[in-house]
Parts: sequence; C-alpha cells; structure tokens
Amino acid sequence: MSILKKLFTAVKGGVNEVGEGIVDANAIRIFEQEIRDAQNALSEAKRSLTEVMAKEIQTSRAIKALEDDIDKHETYATQALDKDEESLALEIAGKIAEFEQEKSEQQQILSTFTANVSKLKEQIKQAEKTIVENQRQLSMVKTTESVQKATMAVNDTMTSGDSAMASAKQSLERIKQRQMDRQDQLDAAQQLADESNDKSLHDKMREAGIGEDASKGADILARIRAKQNK
Amino acid sequence: MELNELSIKLSQYETEGASFESFFINNVGQEVLQVIVDGNDELPIFVTRTEEQVLCICYLFTEQEINADKHAELNDTLLRLNVPMPLSAFAKIDNKYAIFGALSTSSTLEQLGHEIVTLSANSIDALDAISDYLTE
Repeated sequence: MSILKKLFTAVKGGVNEVGEGIVDANAIRIFEQEIRDAQNALSEAKRSLTEVMAKEIQTSRAIKALEDDIDKHETYATQALDKDEESLALEIAGKIAEFEQEKSEQQQILSTFTANVSKLKEQIKQAEKTIVENQRQLSMVKTTESVQKATMAVNDTMTSGDSAMASAKQSLERIKQRQMDRQDQLDAAQQLADESNDKSLHDKMREAGIGEDASKGADILARIRAKQNK
Repeated sequence: MELNELSIKLSQYETEGASFESFFINNVGQEVLQVIVDGNDELPIFVTRTEEQVLCICYLFTEQEINADKHAELNDTLLRLNVPMPLSAFAKIDNKYAIFGALSTSSTLEQLGHEIVTLSANSIDALDAISDYLTE
C-alpha cells in the first residue's frame, strides 16, 4: 500500500488524536535508516562500477595489442613464405594461433565485464529511483506529522484566543467592516483635503474679486433697486 | 529562513500595502508562527516549517458551520475554485476547512511576504464566495 493511501486511511480513521502519531516515530527512524543504507549501497555500487569499467578498458586495450601482434606476425609469415622459409612460416603461424587463442580468451573476459557494467548501471538507476521515491514518501509522512503538531499548537492558541468562538461568517463580517471603516477613513481624509483645497481657492478668488461671492453684494443691491423701481 | 528570523523580519516589513504582526507559538515541539495581515486577526495565517517546505495555512471554518444540506455542493465548489485561486489551495485538517500555500525552505522574505499577503486576501475572498453555504 502506498504511503499516501496509508495516510489517507489513517486520517479518515481518526487515528490522529492528540499525542498519537499517524506513523509511529520508530517506523520513521527505521525508514530513514533504510534510506541511508540504500544510499551507502548506492555509493558502493558506483565504486565497483568504476572498477569494472577500468578493467573493461584495460581488457579492450589488451585485445587491441593482440590484434596488432597478429597483424605483425601475419606480415612476418608472408615474408617467410616469400623467402621459401616454410618451417619458419609454420613456426610464425603457430605464434599467431597462440595470439588468437589469447585474444578469444580476452574477448570472453571483456564480454563478461561489459555485461557487468550494464547490469551495475541498471542496478544503480534502480537504486537511485527507489531512494528518491522513499525520500518523497518520507517527506509526505513527516509533513503530515508537522501539520498535525502545528494544528495542535494552533488549536491550543485558538481556544485560548479572543477569536476562538467566532464563526467564519462573523469573522468575515468583522473583516469587511474593518475594510469599510478603513475605506471610509480614507474617503473622509480625502474629502477634508479636497475641501481645504477648495477653501483656499475660494479665498484667493474672493481677494481677486472673482466668482459668486464677490458679485453677491452687488447682485443683491441690484435686486433691491429693481424692486424699488417697480 | 528560520521562523524566528521570519518573525523579526516581518515586523519591519511592508509589502503590497500590507503590514504584518506575528506571534511565535511553540508548545508542542513544532514551531508555528501566527501572522496577522492588516489587523485581520479573525483569519490569522499559521506558518510552519518542515525539512522540505514552508507551509502557510489559514483556517476558514469548521465542518459544523456548513449548512447540512449544502455540504456536497460546497465541496464541489471548493474543488472548482482551487485552480483559479492564485498560489493557494483548499484543504481540510481534522474538522476544519483551510486554505494553504507551500513554499520552498529557501524562499526569500519577498516570496514569503507575497505568499502570506496573497493567502490572506484569498482567505477573505474565499469566505465571501462561499458564505452562503455557511450557518451564522
């Protein structure tokens, strides 16, 4: 069963009561130890891989040298035949047979090394995958634990705090009220600023004899005169 | 960043027009930082740290506050709102519905600040959006 499924079952089943972990601490420690062991095994495997690869290269080099020897001796044998040195040619051919025997032995060793290398590479890949996967699962378990503990801490705080008993709706109303109050204050401050701007402008206009206020007195007088004249 | 360092830095920090107050809670062996954005202490953000991530959680309401006949509909709505909601996701912890965001432990103060401000705004918006499903 995957860790996530286990966690789900545990959470659903209400295992997470105060003081009771979803996965016991001992199991986490064992899991962590397993990951460390796997990491050690992995670095061990990587070391052997480099050793085997080194041997693979050495063997290829030996085979190359043998091939060179064979080529060289074939030339010698041809030369011996050219000079009608039949028995010498035969001796050289015997040497070539030895080289070829050795070469085929080395080739067998090489193919073993090559097979080993690809097997080790596959194992390393697999181990790395397992480690990453285990770490991911461990992190899920640990996060669940942390959240659980944090929730306990939060619950303690909330039940002793002022906002403990408020419902979400009441909380929302309070926040909205606060946001509105703040906006009203801003609006009021803006209005005040606007008004004082207006006032100083009006003062200046009056001084300059511009605008409604300046003409008011004259207007009223004109109105009174108009009435008298009727 | 360690939580106590975050607490100190947040108190002197202002971002996106928001100010922070924070309180340290550590009474069960798990450090939790309670952060209040813009005085909205009704919906505090709880910040906690694990080896891999920093979790910011805001509790919205309890299961008991949901109108009984609208429970399934609410769950459906929350799942649908999950993707459009920036940076945060809905969750359920014990019997509480919550909204949360997770960050890397190597996050900067700016990133953490942005996360907390967004989470705070999201929590208010979310409650507003689903308040019809809740009892008084």
